[in-house]
Amino acid sequence: MSADPAPLRAGRRSFLIQSGQLAAGAALVCLLPASPGRASPQASQELIRSIVGDASLQPGRVNLDVPPLVENGNTVPLTVSVDSPMTEADHVKAIHIVNEKNPQPHVISVTLGRQAGKAQLATRIKLADSQRITAIAEFNDGSFWSGSADVVVTLAACVEDLK
Amino acid sequence: MTARVLIHVAAKAQRGEVIEIKTLIAHPMESGFRVGTNGNPIPRDIITLFTCRYNGDEIFRAEFSSAIAANPFLSFFTTARDSGTLEFHWSGDNGFAATESTDITIE
Repeated sequence: MSADPAPLRAGRRSFLIQSGQLAAGAALVCLLPASPGRASPQASQELIRSIVGDASLQPGRVNLDVPPLVENGNTVPLTVSVDSPMTEADHVKAIHIVNEKNPQPHVISVTLGRQAGKAQLATRIKLADSQRITAIAEFNDGSFWSGSADVVVTLAACVEDLK
Repeated sequence: MTARVLIHVAAKAQRGEVIEIKTLIAHPMESGFRVGTNGNPIPRDIITLFTCRYNGDEIFRAEFSSAIAANPFLSFFTTARDSGTLEFHWSGDNGFAATESTDITIE
């Protein structure tokens, strides 16, 4: 009975720790290709600055309708409606949508005609992460108004579907 | 190869009525940020520009980025003025171009 169980226990413990580290390392490697150069909130702020220019961006008048919880980030329905009478004297010229955490901050920019009648736009977008989306409306008087919505994404776009 | 396009607009409308135009086009919208099995990035292949003309006047223009979902869907509005043609045009990477038109009658 000279066999001491202590070295065995220590061996098992270190084995468990090492295998845990290995698994964590493997998980990290799996995650790395999914995040090449993400858009940061700073990048989205810079994009907003380039859209707005020297004008001030005021919150309000823009309603961004996105489901708060999204199961599949590959197709997220999104509706932007802007509170505007759409007359010759007061109408929306353009709508821009900006995100924070996709690889690129820009999503879509649309230009509306004078006779649009209603400043509303619907499309479907991709989201790589849970984040805040901002819609910016440019009015004919040169003012910019914005609306935001927070979205939680459970299955992100761009990560799966590796062919 | 022509892309499959779906357009939904009321065939008849009252003068001055605000009508909704819905368009959908079959396109993979490959973002350019995904990686294939061999580790090589899949090159970007997206539609970048959509325009809609009503009797020759541009009434709507959209510039897409990679963040638009596959098979891009758009819904927008215009005021019905005269009977005529709505012309839709998509263009994008790798020389992609598609054109579709639909007629509208004003009562």
